Amino acid sequence: MIHFVLLISRQGKVRLTKWYSPYSQKERAKVLRELSGMILTRGPKLCNFVEWRGYKVVYKRYASLYFCMCINQDDNELEILEIIHHYVEILDRYFGSVCELDLIFNFHKAYYILEEILLAGELQESSKKTVARLIGAQDSLVEDAKEQASSIKNMIAQATK
Amino acid sequence: MNPFSSGTRLRDMIRAIRACKTAAEERAVVRKECASIRAAISEDDPDYRHRNLAKLMFIHMLGYPTHFGQMECLKLIASPGFPEKRIGYLGLMLLLDERQEVLMLVTNSIKQDLNQTNQYIVGLALCALGNICSAEMARDLAPEVERLLQFRDPNVRKKAALCTIRIIKKVPDLAENFINPAAALLKEKHHGVLLTGVQLCTEICKVSTEALEYLRKKCITGLVKVLRDLTNSPYAPEYDISGITDPFLHIRLLKLFHVLGHGDADASDTMSDILAQVATKTETNKNAGNAILYECVATILSIEDNGGLRVLAVNILGRFLSSRDNNIRYVALNMLMKAIALDSQAVQRHRATILECVKDPDASIRKRALELVYLLVNESNVKPLTKELVDYLEVSEAEFKGDLTAKICSIVEKFSPEKIWYIDQMVKVLTQAGNYVKDEVWHALIIVITNAPNLHGYTVRALYKAVQTAGGQETLVRVAVWCIGEYGEMLVGNSGMLDVEERINVTEADAVDVIETAIRCHSSDLTTRAMCLIALLKLSSRYPSCTKRINDIILQQKGSLVLELQQRAIEFNSIIERHEKIRSALVERMPVLDEATYSGRRAGSVPAAVSTSQGALPKIPNGVVKPASAALVDLLDLSSDADQAPSSSGGDYLQDLLGVDLAPASQGTNQTDKRGADVLLDLLSIGAPPAQSSSSMLDMLSSGQDNKSAVGMLDNLASPSAPSAQASSPGASSSMMDLLDGFGPSPSVPETNGPTYPSIVAFESNSLKITYKFSKEPGNPQTTIIEAQFVNKSPDIYSNFVFQAAVPKFLQLHMDPASGNILPESGNGSITQKLRVSNSQHGKKSLVMRMRISYKANDKDVLEEGQVNNFPRGL
Repeated sequence: MIHFVLLISRQGKVRLTKWYSPYSQKERAKVLRELSGMILTRGPKLCNFVEWRGYKVVYKRYASLYFCMCINQDDNELEILEIIHHYVEILDRYFGSVCELDLIFNFHKAYYILEEILLAGELQESSKKTVARLIGAQDSLVEDAKEQASSIKNMIAQATK
Repeated sequence: MNPFSSGTRLRDMIRAIRACKTAAEERAVVRKECASIRAAISEDDPDYRHRNLAKLMFIHMLGYPTHFGQMECLKLIASPGFPEKRIGYLGLMLLLDERQEVLMLVTNSIKQDLNQTNQYIVGLALCALGNICSAEMARDLAPEVERLLQFRDPNVRKKAALCTIRIIKKVPDLAENFINPAAALLKEKHHGVLLTGVQLCTEICKVSTEALEYLRKKCITGLVKVLRDLTNSPYAPEYDISGITDPFLHIRLLKLFHVLGHGDADASDTMSDILAQVATKTETNKNAGNAILYECVATILSIEDNGGLRVLAVNILGRFLSSRDNNIRYVALNMLMKAIALDSQAVQRHRATILECVKDPDASIRKRALELVYLLVNESNVKPLTKELVDYLEVSEAEFKGDLTAKICSIVEKFSPEKIWYIDQMVKVLTQAGNYVKDEVWHALIIVITNAPNLHGYTVRALYKAVQTAGGQETLVRVAVWCIGEYGEMLVGNSGMLDVEERINVTEADAVDVIETAIRCHSSDLTTRAMCLIALLKLSSRYPSCTKRINDIILQQKGSLVLELQQRAIEFNSIIERHEKIRSALVERMPVLDEATYSGRRAGSVPAAVSTSQGALPKIPNGVVKPASAALVDLLDLSSDADQAPSSSGGDYLQDLLGVDLAPASQGTNQTDKRGADVLLDLLSIGAPPAQSSSSMLDMLSSGQDNKSAVGMLDNLASPSAPSAQASSPGASSSMMDLLDGFGPSPSVPETNGPTYPSIVAFESNSLKITYKFSKEPGNPQTTIIEAQFVNKSPDIYSNFVFQAAVPKFLQLHMDPASGNILPESGNGSITQKLRVSNSQHGKKSLVMRMRISYKANDKDVLEEGQVNNFPRGL
């Protein structure tokens, strides 16, 4: 099971946090501090796993962002690397060659995509196409609602003229 | 855009925050935004609610408090539209966790959304439930989720399946309801549903044996077929990752096989063919393939014995281990730890490679490899392996030394073929990385040394040499100082030479030099310095030629700012200068420390440590910080934990050997106003009141050597006012009296047939003084007879004088009538009353008593209350 997912920039800024196990706000801040200290200082050629408080944290760096996932001792570290890559590829398709700025300004979108990939700390969908389709459908639901709202506003505006 | 809305857009806020150059600027921007969001919340403005929540989420991610937005999430979730719900649920999952009470309020909204027809709204609710539900919510909503496992849309089914995992983790009892619907998911064709269904089945099997049996019986052949079809499937672009179709599903299926095959030969047999196929045919040039292989190996190692498959698995790990990819090597080391339990021979073959991994530049790999080496060690290979590790210790990075030393020490302790080798290795470790060695390790070393009488000389010389080269390793210095103190004459005399040794010429002055350097070195901590002092005292007797110099060194510590050292220095100085006759007896070599007792105490020291940490919280009032007192206790009593509760360690022969039981001593000074007699007991700082000190002294001696004169001497210690009663060593006892001079009157009247107790002032106020005298009935140690005497200190006569007392449950109190109820003024007379207290916890707990005294003085009723805590111990 994945206990949490973190996206940390090379400067140590937090870009996304998703907690599947209960951590209080205080603990969350502590975890972030500890892990960014451990992971950001590791050299480039080393393995992608660090052991931390009896768990393992699998991380992978994409450009300026570190994607980290915390798992149990007996989980499959190599598979987690694939899951991270899976997520990155879906983000890439959604934003069209994603960069850190996309994830800063559209952080909620990054969360929505993660919700379609992981749930309860387990993998939900292995097809990138399906995830893209589901996100697209929900985005268009939101767009429709917006259009409707603005058209109603226009109608009201015209009616009150 | 509403012109009256004060808020900025989300994008603009993020820009503003990113433009901040300092943390203070950022705080200012965030504060302003939070203020406007709070204002919007209090106006209950629905138009910008979702934007405000999005802003709050961003602010939350930056680490600022956002609890005031929690209710907004609930409002958004309760609103009918999909966009509001979407952001509301996201906020809920981000800003709240399962432990917050607010979450209970959302249960109903989630329930309604689970019953919606719009699949996306159902999906949102399932997602929130799966990520943050609490046990109560799990119970409330389990029926809805169970129904949704059969929902028409596969994307809802897969969410429901994962949500069920959370539910059964929170409430394992619910697992049984889900067995059938979960098994049904295994027949799905949709990859997402199948994937989640397999995961759900794995989790259910972990909590329910019933489910495990069911799946073994009904589903295993079907699952094997699914995996076979998957491995043989043609190229499927939607699921393809580097040439493999859906590696995630592969891995999840293997995980389920792991659970199903574990402990069941039939199931293992059914799956062995497909496992062999996966193990041999999977492509290994990409990470995805390796991930599958890794999982496959884990499954093979967990299922019931199939020799051929295991060989295959260990070979795969061997291949992994020689890979150049660090990740692969890491997982190989990880899995070999499991393999070692099954086939240690096969793993031993890779020993050389594993040892190389201990020296890897990557800390994660080093750590794994070290754990593995630790498991690889056995009697036959302990010597070469330890040599490798000790050699590596020299060049390893500082942060790795701690782990490495701990493991080496543990290996050496566990497998040492002979004591001399153990001592050799430990001296090497202490020389290389003494500062990383834990306390219990060097304590254990000292115990081993005392138990090897033929190696005393060898050890002390080896340590002497080691200290010359590595004086900066504090632990090494401590052990060396201790040994030089104990076996100083063997160091100088080259006695007990072994054949392998070279002669060294050490003069007495050289040995004292070592200790002087250690005590002078400012990096030495209190424990080391205290140990040095003791060693010096011992050497003062072992090296008569250096006595003067040693005394000078001790004298310098008289000015120490640490009370403990100062006090010890004064005492030791006094022993050296004025009590030559008893000195040599006082500083006898330590009795051999009992290994079995020590290891037993080590094992039992965990709960003791807990109680210490609680007990250590209040500072001791005379300014001695707790660790200071603990430090000396350490000296002779190697487990300070156990000693912190002196009353519990009655049979602890080490405790009072040189009377360094400090904790009670410092309490004693605290109470001196009440019982000046206690000061006396500080003779050699025997902090405990006389009853205990005498008995523990005898304890010590009875378990130590039968040193007759010491018994006599120590008896005198316990009852110093009656030297003539112990005629065996009159000289010694009179010198004891010297030690005591100036300390006030003797507290006890010695009796030949049993211990006696000093009387105490149980209560004293401006107007009243109560004294207790104690006696025991012979043959009934539990019962104490207390004679209470009341004296009136005021100029008024007290009438209607009544004394009442209360005791805790483990005591029984019986009071005789008082000798009167009128108390004459100004101490012109007294009332006495007899109390009889029997202690059901005799020897474990000491007496305590509360009392209330009422009387009439000048026609006014007076009530006084007090508590007696200063009963002598052992009553």
